[in-house]
Amino acid sequence: MNKFFERRYVVTGIFIALILTLLGRLYYIQIVDDRYAIYATKNVIRSFIQYPARGPILDRNGKVLVQNEPIYDIMVTPKDVKPFDTLEFCRMIGIDKAGFDKRWIKAMKYSPTKESAFEKQVPVSLFAPLQEKMGDFPGFYILPRTVRTYPDSVAAQFLGYIGEAQDRDIERSKGYYRLGDYIGITGVEKAYENVLRGQRGVKSMMVDSRGVQKGSFANGAFDTVARTGERLTSSLDIELQKLGEQLMHNKLGSIVAIEPSTGEILAYVSSPTYDPNLMVGRERGNNAAKMYNDPYKPFFIRPIQAQYPPGSSFKPLSALIALQEGIISPSETYYCTGHYRAGNRLVPCNNGEAHGTVNMGRAVAESCNGYFSMVFQRILERSGAKYTEAAFTKWRANVMKFGLGTRLDLDMPAESRGNVPTPLHYDNVYKKGGWRASTIISLAIGQGELLATPLQMANLECTIANHGYFYKPHLIKAIGTENVIKAEYTKRNYVGIDSQYFEPVINGMQAVVEDGTARRSKIPGIIMCGKTGTAQNPRGESNSVFVAFAPRENPKIAIAVIVENSGEGAHWAAPIASFIVEKYLKGKVTPRESGFTVDYFANANRMPDLALYAMDLKKERMRDSIRAVKLDSIRKFKADSIKKAARLKTAANNKPGGWGSLLAGRGAGK
Amino acid sequence: MSNYNNHNQRSFFFNVDWVMVFLYLALCTIGWFNIHAAVYDEKHPSIIDISTVYGKQFIYIMVGIVVGMIILLLESRFLAALAPAFYAITTLLLLVVLVIGKNVGGNQAWINMGGGFRLQPSEFAKFSTCLLLARYLSSVNVKVTELKSFAIVAAIILVPMLLIKLQPDDGSTLVFFSLIFVLYREGLSPYFLVTIATTIILFITSQLYNEYYIAGIIIAITTLIAYLNKRNRQTIFKALVAGIVCIGFVLVAKPIYNHGLKQHQRARIDVVLGITSDTRGVGYNQNQSKIAIGSGRLWGKGYLKGTQTKYAFVPEQSTDFIFCTVGEEWGFAGSVVVLGLYLFLLLRIIFIAERQRAPFTRIYGYGVASIIFFHVIINIAMAIGVMPVIGIPLPLISYGGSSLISFTILIFVLIKLDSNRMGII
Repeated sequence: MNKFFERRYVVTGIFIALILTLLGRLYYIQIVDDRYAIYATKNVIRSFIQYPARGPILDRNGKVLVQNEPIYDIMVTPKDVKPFDTLEFCRMIGIDKAGFDKRWIKAMKYSPTKESAFEKQVPVSLFAPLQEKMGDFPGFYILPRTVRTYPDSVAAQFLGYIGEAQDRDIERSKGYYRLGDYIGITGVEKAYENVLRGQRGVKSMMVDSRGVQKGSFANGAFDTVARTGERLTSSLDIELQKLGEQLMHNKLGSIVAIEPSTGEILAYVSSPTYDPNLMVGRERGNNAAKMYNDPYKPFFIRPIQAQYPPGSSFKPLSALIALQEGIISPSETYYCTGHYRAGNRLVPCNNGEAHGTVNMGRAVAESCNGYFSMVFQRILERSGAKYTEAAFTKWRANVMKFGLGTRLDLDMPAESRGNVPTPLHYDNVYKKGGWRASTIISLAIGQGELLATPLQMANLECTIANHGYFYKPHLIKAIGTENVIKAEYTKRNYVGIDSQYFEPVINGMQAVVEDGTARRSKIPGIIMCGKTGTAQNPRGESNSVFVAFAPRENPKIAIAVIVENSGEGAHWAAPIASFIVEKYLKGKVTPRESGFTVDYFANANRMPDLALYAMDLKKERMRDSIRAVKLDSIRKFKADSIKKAARLKTAANNKPGGWGSLLAGRGAGK
Repeated sequence: MSNYNNHNQRSFFFNVDWVMVFLYLALCTIGWFNIHAAVYDEKHPSIIDISTVYGKQFIYIMVGIVVGMIILLLESRFLAALAPAFYAITTLLLLVVLVIGKNVGGNQAWINMGGGFRLQPSEFAKFSTCLLLARYLSSVNVKVTELKSFAIVAAIILVPMLLIKLQPDDGSTLVFFSLIFVLYREGLSPYFLVTIATTIILFITSQLYNEYYIAGIIIAITTLIAYLNKRNRQTIFKALVAGIVCIGFVLVAKPIYNHGLKQHQRARIDVVLGITSDTRGVGYNQNQSKIAIGSGRLWGKGYLKGTQTKYAFVPEQSTDFIFCTVGEEWGFAGSVVVLGLYLFLLLRIIFIAERQRAPFTRIYGYGVASIIFFHVIINIAMAIGVMPVIGIPLPLISYGGSSLISFTILIFVLIKLDSNRMGII
């Protein structure tokens, strides 16, 4: 023992204190602070997304419209590469030595230890021989992926296409999509994106400090398997669709065919069309640009986006409303003089040749403008000309029940409304109370401001075929392998016309094909009820329109065909429709008395002159801009005159108070 | 007395402190298993595969045990007598290493022994310095409070320090400062400890805060002390001088820090003080080490299951950062066990030192305790990011032959000297 003995306690104290301090700190970082556990997990776990294959789409008979084709990305991890036969390798994936060096430098630049794509989208043909030899190329491996393919190259506007998700999509999806993900951009790919895309899987892998994979995390306990997208069964009939596209080749226009008993769309033709395979693969960008610049607009989805005046195809609807409203009876006759006088307007009929005495049936069959103008005027003036607006509002509501002027909620994006003009519209054009039935008489024959999409026209035929109701038209009849059908598609939508009123109109429509305007399109052995239309068109020649359903008893198909700028409905649209109907009902097209053949129509070129077409487009745009300028100047003028009035008023107010008193004061001084 | 001698002649295990032996073996075993986990190689899973680092550590432990037994065979007197010789040999080796040494990681600290083995003289210098210090301080008429003795003591410590600094191995250099505890126990004024503590506190605070604020606080404290001792002029004077010195130090601390230290040293200190945040560059090791230890939670991830450890996120993990493996795979429980064992070892050494009749053994004991304590504190504090990165091993646990053998010698010499605790050396 020496005199500094007690200092042992000081030393011991310091030892204990500092070790306890360390333990305290350890307690904090190991127990209290849980950040480090998270950091460690982040360090070691990399999540790899497992991409599911998109769902395939079938036609109504189970034939494939779009499916996935395997392609192969060749991946490389530069660090793992050992010397190998470069020339052989280049030959096998179809590149040259320079190309190899370029790719190699790129991969090295990305990361020597992480894998990157060495060559993308190697086709199946190269895959088989390559796979056998892959063992000779350590560090390389093949990553299978899929792309969309369209075996029959049909129905491009229906199918739409997919593309990389844009920032907007990524934002809207709240982080579901990532940069480089594919997303449906148009058509069914967009409309059913959530169903088609499937469910992504995640695989958690452990990596070391250099990013090298070291096996699955927790034996895959947290991994999720990618689930393939649902299969969609389309209502389209691929054979019908093909025939439709063939018939519409070299024409502008559209065909929509619907099964009246279900609302399933059988054909959805938009012309000009394009090969959907062009929107896949490495040339996609160039192809898309080319099509965007095409003045005939192949990306324009005519069945739902194009809005045409229905023309005479509107007449059966007019007749039905008149019957329901008790305006006219089917047997009542009208004497057609070749034109109809409404106020101081003359509506020409049948090129001025008198139809003579017609009843409702004949009026439909002969497409008598006079008869329907008379009916229309009677409807609007039923309570006197003074109450035209009220009568028109009611008429408009009746028309809209048929789905015109409103979206039919097709299961596709970008549907147009069409147009049924409002009373307000006429108040603006003329002035309030300044219009009468005679002013808007062109509506009677489906012209004027009336616009309908081909889908709406076909749906109208469904309604007539069903004697007063329609099912919502749709393109996807069933979702998934369990064939789920949306409930809204099994509900009847009534249009407010009693079924008894349909027979006389349908008689007339049957006569159209039997011995009326469309008699040359009569299908042997099938009773088709239809209506031709030659819709005047602000842009060049009239549009050829034909709407129909068949057979008369228990109708199986309703159809609308529009061939733009081609003249009479009977000449182009009706024969085309008849081929589609026959093909659907008989499975083949038989020779016609009239001598019409599919080949003739398929080969006919009715494309409007590009120069004229482009000029019309330009004119239209100019007209719009002129109107915009005019409106603008009117607005300015109005604003100016208001300002002017205000200025005058203030000036007048100032006079006595300002100048007046000053003068008065001066006068007083004198 | 003769009784003891008789026993001594009968068995060299006579009077051996088995608690120390147990602690020694426990720490070595813990080290061995953690090295196995830290550098685990799937191709060589066996812990005794000598082509691996853990296999080599096993050999070092075996060698250590043999060395320990040999030491127990020696005479205590012989050890004390040879202290100057050991000191001379290690000093010579420290000179040699500066000439023919092998440079690893920027430090010229190793002498190649052939066969893949390397000797690190600085590890052995700790033992020899400790032994010579004990020998000198225990001689008659030597008082550390006297200037002459203090000068000699300082020289004994400073010579190896200086030579190691030339390598330049900062960590090992700093270890010698720990001998201040020995000098304190032997009578050095407590003001030395206070001064050192004050210096460290002032140095750190002057890096973090405005020096004028600190000066203000020092003035306030000085005034307070002066006021409380207003009757004692001498105390007032002392407080005044201390205050002025402190302020002076604070004012020069920053320039010293900025110009006196090397770039990499400043960077390491800045990271710990939180002045800079750099988890990719200088701060990478420490950050990953903290993550490893912190992610262990209470019970750890389990043997060979630490992801930070297994996938090589922490460099130097088998040597300076071995505590990461303990923290990650055995959790807070493991940390408590390891630090508990060290504390137990330190208290046991002090207990042993204080039961000696011979001052030589007591002084040597304190030296051993101080050196181990310093290693443990610095190493673990560094691993959990409360001290700058200073490369010194965790005693008996870190991988490395020189380190393990030198700590074995330190401890077994103490055990040997202790077995003769009733004797006078």
